[in-house]
Amino acid sequence: MLDHLLRPLRNIGHRVVNSIWRLGYASRFFLMTLLKSGTSFARFSLIMREIYFSGVLSLIIILVSGLFVGMVLGLQGYETLQKYGSEEALGTLVSLSLVRELGPVVAALLFASRAGSAITAEIGLMKATEQIAAMEMMAVDPIARIIGPRFWGGVLSMPLLAAMFSAIGVFGGYLVGVVLIGVDDGAFWSQMQANVDFRNDILNGVIKSVVFGVAVTAIAVFEGYDAPPTAEGVSGATTRTVVMSSLAVLGLDFILTAFMFRGM
Amino acid sequence: MNNLVELKNVNFAYETRSVLKGLNMKIPKGKVVAIMGGSGCGKTTLLRLIGGQIRATQGEVNVAGQNVGQLNRDAMYDLRRRMGMLFQFGALFTDLSVYENVAFQMREHTDLPEEIIRDLVLMKLHAVGLRGARDLMPSELSGGMARRVALARAIALDPMLIMYDEPFAGLDPISLGVTGNLIRRLNDALGATSIVVTHDVQESLKIVDYVYFMSEGVIVAQGTAEEMKKSDIPYVHQFVWGEMDGPVPFHYEMNKTYAEDMGLDHA
Ligand SMILES: Nc1ncnc2c1ncn2[C@@H]1O[C@H](COP(=O)(O)OP(=O)(O)OP(=O)(O)O)[C@@H](O)[C@H]1O
Ligand SMILES: [Mg+2]
Repeated sequence: MLDHLLRPLRNIGHRVVNSIWRLGYASRFFLMTLLKSGTSFARFSLIMREIYFSGVLSLIIILVSGLFVGMVLGLQGYETLQKYGSEEALGTLVSLSLVRELGPVVAALLFASRAGSAITAEIGLMKATEQIAAMEMMAVDPIARIIGPRFWGGVLSMPLLAAMFSAIGVFGGYLVGVVLIGVDDGAFWSQMQANVDFRNDILNGVIKSVVFGVAVTAIAVFEGYDAPPTAEGVSGATTRTVVMSSLAVLGLDFILTAFMFRGM
Repeated sequence: MNNLVELKNVNFAYETRSVLKGLNMKIPKGKVVAIMGGSGCGKTTLLRLIGGQIRATQGEVNVAGQNVGQLNRDAMYDLRRRMGMLFQFGALFTDLSVYENVAFQMREHTDLPEEIIRDLVLMKLHAVGLRGARDLMPSELSGGMARRVALARAIALDPMLIMYDEPFAGLDPISLGVTGNLIRRLNDALGATSIVVTHDVQESLKIVDYVYFMSEGVIVAQGTAEEMKKSDIPYVHQFVWGEMDGPVPFHYEMNKTYAEDMGLDHA
């Protein structure tokens, strides 16, 4: 009877202890990756290769999505602004939305599902086929040789991708607002120029995208490295990467926004 | 100090499943030693212990006079630079070409100029008969070819200890003989010591100096290749002649009989 009552409690305890253990393990793994980054940077060609795989190959999806998001912003923004007779603020609205929020966040979500999942699957498969064990047997540290370059490749790509997302988004807003609907060309750009602040808006957006880049790639490399060496293990880890890093991006976005744009 | 590798009373368990039980083994310098035994008896585990990828729960594993279980990471990596290992399933780096796979350790551990690396890589690939496959990716190789590339990679830096996990699996009869001879010749030419884990009794008895027979985590027989061929110890006999019935169980350990499992015991 007592045993019956205690079992759920024990299960909860077990889970809590397990998650804390895993969090500790992940933190140590992250720390090791950072400590060994020197070795990764010494061979920059390895990082370049990962920038190509994570960054360049994500470019199409980022650009297409950015264009559509910007066009939608142009439409919706015009709808609302014209009610107050301030259509010429459309440039400000589109660019602020993109630079502050949508650029970093949507680019990070796309990056998580495009590049993050690929990183996890690749590392997980390397583990399942004993490539990581073989590398260790050759006295080459897999954290410096495999994890480091992928981590830094992702971290360096993310802000660039977010910037391109915002840039093409602004162009999308311009297409719809100015070319299609007929908002005044000069007003669109000059309002934008006057109201977008470098430090408050652009720099904060960049900071966001750097933080998201670290979060997404750290989760992706850890999940891959920690995946059980089986087909189910790798597919489970890939799914977890997308879910966890998307949640992390949205959660971190709220926290960062609360700090950055408080009282403005 | 005539033994390059020495195992003293080694025990090892994966979680609760005990795999090696009080194993004693000596691998003399310069020799080619075979380790034979049924599937799942712990041969790969043994190699992983010697390579320091796992640690013995009890006992000592000594390689070149160093206790592998007690080494810190740097000392372990130093030791591993002098070891080569052929993994059971090849474990080629799938993102690198055949050429780059063999060149991998040269690039990581040496500052050799590109021309010398090229010569060395082609030499190693030539030794396994795959000089022509240098530009292929691992996914474009057959199983046997991948294994031979892995072999070339294992000997890339002329190690003092070479461990082969099933070098003969998946090879046709010609490659089989060639690989056997290659293992022997490499060992003698490099002045290395080799451990060959294998099921292929006929092929390995031709090339090895000494044989250990393992069963369920202990050594059940040992001797020179000549002694093994003549041996009438039941384990050895069963292996050399490939009989299904004998002291080596074909079935994974079970606490029910086949009839019980099939629900036939009440019939
Ligand atoms: N990672 C692992 N976790 C748990 N048990 C394992 C693991 N690897 C191997 N085992 C168990 O240890 C035992 C020995 O495995 P090992 O791989 O050493 O066998 P083996 O002699 O190499 O067999 P084979 O000739 O089929 O390759 C097996 O019974 C296996 O079930
Ligand atoms: Mg094995």
